[in-house]
Amino acid sequence: MPQPLSERAVRLLLLASVFAIATCGLVYELIAGTLASYLLGDSVTQFSTVIGVYLFAMGIGSWLSKYAERNLLGTFIQVEFLIGLIGGASAALLFTLFGLVDSFRVVLYALVLLVGTLVGIEIPLLLRILKDRIVFKDLVSQVFTFDYIGALLASLLFPLVLVPHLGLVRSSFLFGILNTLVGLVSLWLLRDQIPWARGHQSVGLATLALLAAGFIQSDQILAWSESAQYPDKVIHTRSSAYQRIVITRGQDDLRLYLNGNLQFSRRDEYRYHEALVHPGLSRVPERRRVLVLGGGDGLAVREILKYPDVEEITLVDLDPEITELFTRQDLLAALNGNALRNPKVKIVNADAFTWLKSQTATFDFVVADFPDPSNFSVGKLYTTAFYRELRRVLSPAGAVAIQSTSPYVARQSFWCVVNTLEAVGWIAAPYHVYVPSFGEWGFVLASPGPLPGPPKLPAPLRYLTPETMNALFDFPPDMNAVPTGVNQLNNQVLVRLFEQEWKHFVH
Amino acid sequence: MNTTRRQFLASAAAGSLLLPSCVRRAGKPVPGSLVGPSAETGHRLRVGQFPPPAREEKHAVVIVGGGVAGLAAARKLQQLGCGDFLLLELEPEPGGNSRSGENSVSPYPWGAHYVTLPGEDATEVLELYEELGLITGKNADGLPVYEESALVADPSERLFLNGRWQEDLLPTSGATGLDRGEFERFHTLITHFKAARGNDGARAFTIPVDRSSTDPRFTALDQITARQWLHSENLHSERLHWYLDYVCRDDFGGTIDQVSAWAAVHYFASRNGRAANADPDVVLTWPNGNGWLIGQLREPVAAKIRTRHLAWSVAPNSEGKVQIDAFDFESNQSVRFQANTAIVCTPWFVTRKIVQPLSRNPDFPLEYGPWVSANLTLRELPAGAGFGPAWDNVFYNSRSLGYVVATHQSLAQPKGPTVITWYAALCDGPAAAEREKAAARSHAQWCEIILEDLRRVHPEIDALVRNIDVCVWGHGMIRPVPGVLCHPGRKQMAQPAGAIHFAHSDLSGFSVFEEAYTRGVQAAKAAAHPLAPFSA
Repeated sequence: MPQPLSERAVRLLLLASVFAIATCGLVYELIAGTLASYLLGDSVTQFSTVIGVYLFAMGIGSWLSKYAERNLLGTFIQVEFLIGLIGGASAALLFTLFGLVDSFRVVLYALVLLVGTLVGIEIPLLLRILKDRIVFKDLVSQVFTFDYIGALLASLLFPLVLVPHLGLVRSSFLFGILNTLVGLVSLWLLRDQIPWARGHQSVGLATLALLAAGFIQSDQILAWSESAQYPDKVIHTRSSAYQRIVITRGQDDLRLYLNGNLQFSRRDEYRYHEALVHPGLSRVPERRRVLVLGGGDGLAVREILKYPDVEEITLVDLDPEITELFTRQDLLAALNGNALRNPKVKIVNADAFTWLKSQTATFDFVVADFPDPSNFSVGKLYTTAFYRELRRVLSPAGAVAIQSTSPYVARQSFWCVVNTLEAVGWIAAPYHVYVPSFGEWGFVLASPGPLPGPPKLPAPLRYLTPETMNALFDFPPDMNAVPTGVNQLNNQVLVRLFEQEWKHFVH
Repeated sequence: MNTTRRQFLASAAAGSLLLPSCVRRAGKPVPGSLVGPSAETGHRLRVGQFPPPAREEKHAVVIVGGGVAGLAAARKLQQLGCGDFLLLELEPEPGGNSRSGENSVSPYPWGAHYVTLPGEDATEVLELYEELGLITGKNADGLPVYEESALVADPSERLFLNGRWQEDLLPTSGATGLDRGEFERFHTLITHFKAARGNDGARAFTIPVDRSSTDPRFTALDQITARQWLHSENLHSERLHWYLDYVCRDDFGGTIDQVSAWAAVHYFASRNGRAANADPDVVLTWPNGNGWLIGQLREPVAAKIRTRHLAWSVAPNSEGKVQIDAFDFESNQSVRFQANTAIVCTPWFVTRKIVQPLSRNPDFPLEYGPWVSANLTLRELPAGAGFGPAWDNVFYNSRSLGYVVATHQSLAQPKGPTVITWYAALCDGPAAAEREKAAARSHAQWCEIILEDLRRVHPEIDALVRNIDVCVWGHGMIRPVPGVLCHPGRKQMAQPAGAIHFAHSDLSGFSVFEEAYTRGVQAAKAAAHPLAPFSA
């Protein structure tokens, strides 16, 4: 059994714990503030409200501290364990819950209130524990000195070391561990003065184990919290040079997400891809050479292969990870009917615009299935400059089908694509289809000259018939044509419209 | 919106955010070098003592200096069928202030990096752009249609202000009602000047500058500084003053207290060009800046350019023709060129050293602002709060001019590395002192200055930098201080001295492509037809 510590050592130890808990306390506050401003934006508001609530909660804690009458040391140690657990897990909790709950602010402020209250109890308790060991004026001076130095240390460590090296989740766990250790060390050194020491110790060690597990597993926690953002089970995730690829699988469903945006759902993708390909391809007089831009999932290619007279399909997709995945992965290749392994298909992993500029060959039909124009880079693929290039590689009797976002949600954006095509001399025939997982979706069939009719659809299709196909070209008043600017490289009208129109739309 | 924040958070949470910023320890040198107009060769001119000519050549025309004016003159001579000419260039590559470079990531500019849409008065320039295919046709209203890929891609400009990026350079984000009122009044004044014509019927402000009105109502502005003019218009907003100061430094290499009000107004009011497919204030640019134009001008005359040739004397010979002595740095010999006519396209501080006798020595203050530019190769474009990356990225209240992104005009989806060109006009002290300070700095010192400036807006910049090449322009460009532009002596400078013609944007009082080009073309026409009178 170790010798009881000298009074001086106990004093120093308790002051050191002031320093440690002050650092921890500020780190939790900074983590909450940082997380809130990243997740909710408007960093000034988030930081000031988080700091305000946190300080107020510390006031509550200080007030509550008077109700601890007996066994101050025991209470202090319990508080340490609680702060360690809750504060330590706070970043992981907030990050995970952001994707799961509707009212994230409630969770955020509840957590900030809880941690703040617990942190608020610490210093008054310590003051009372130390009041008989140190002269009052020295006590107050020393405790607050260490408190403020700890705060300085935390505010320097946080941006310079913690966030860059550990990230928010690990930092939060690390400081939870530190808080718990303060409790455990105090417990171990003063155990003869604390009733139920053994019980406290078990609780402390369990907390420590939980936090350590969290620290070690924080990557997995992050991965799990990502998967929690998807309704179905995540079966594949990968970050390519261009995007985050996530594939989920649910009851008879399979979904592809790129950067969190749904690309297709197995349940209804046939509606989208039949509508993308057939209204145009069934009407061009000659269709030997077909070009697909984007669409690395091979689903458009699957539809194109339904025409026996198609001799050659060139698929140009930026991301080799996508085309690889949909060529080799059996579940996904089954979805496109092994289209990408078909000898008629040539896969090119290249940037569509630069590849197109370098082309001299011509194509009878082109499918442009790019992501929505949600940023200035993708927006370039919807400009007059791009459509001029497209015209250059198209045979005179050919046609182009272009995915052009939702005419219901982004009516102006949709018609901007139409108007842009017309501005550079295309005959544009806009149409739309209802895809349950997307809603109303729009396409434009564009051709240099009038297309011959009637269409010769390959059999069998799941959605399109000559009758349903004609109906696609009707626009009800709420999606009908609106005048817009023409999208050019030098004005990117479309990206600006798109951002406005989708900004308030939650799906 | 949430998606991006989530991604950002994911990287922050996973600890990758800012992590690499600690990869490069402070003090570890950044790879790269000091490049730029060779001080050694230029210095040679000051020292003199060239060997006597070892051999002699004869040509119809000799052009001295291969900047925009010299190349424009050469190309025009070629077009006019006057094929027997030679262009002498001091540097290993022609291009002057429009020189550019290239690495495995992207071509990039070293100096001038855009041109504005030419107005009706810039006939020579309009003609050039048609020849180069920059103007692809006209619309029904007769407005020129520009090649879309040469128009600056949207978004073109953003400003870092109060910790966030805003679109456009006018500091509107968080501006008070007072500021906004002054922005509005400033705009009204400029609109008025744009439309104004003088008592001579000419536009008050136009390009080429010598086609502007000489009406004293407007030229009076050349007697005061840009700041004095703002105050005289009762415009005192700090933000507006910053903005005009930025413009003066960016375009004239001098501060709002150094540059003439006439020049500052001219920058805005001379932009009278229009396009069928672009807003009037849009500019034309390329990954390598005006280096693209240089390439186009150079191409047809490349065989007639002699680089590393320092012309040290241009003088009339006994036959009333011209004799040019030049030092060839390759062979270490002087060569004598006899020519019917010469076109001297060097900056005026060189011209007045090498042309003898030069009777005109204008008495107005000839001041050259030193500049520094740097090309930074980055692993990727840095992010930042607020409005996304633009072509031109400026920082409020910085002494630098920010940076332009060389890959901005690329049509491809962005992936990985990029090159940004950072600029600063060194105008805080007297030009000579600044020039001396700039020349004395090492590559490492420049890197630290540049990175310190960039860290303010991109704290992660150190982790992204692969290489920094720095170019110090001792005599970057002539500075249009009050009194220069409307001084009668300036126009005299452009008058030929016998068979010696002059062309350089210095003769216009400020350094822009259109001025240099127009003067080059005019001088070529005059030199090819010695009897044709020179006209502005």
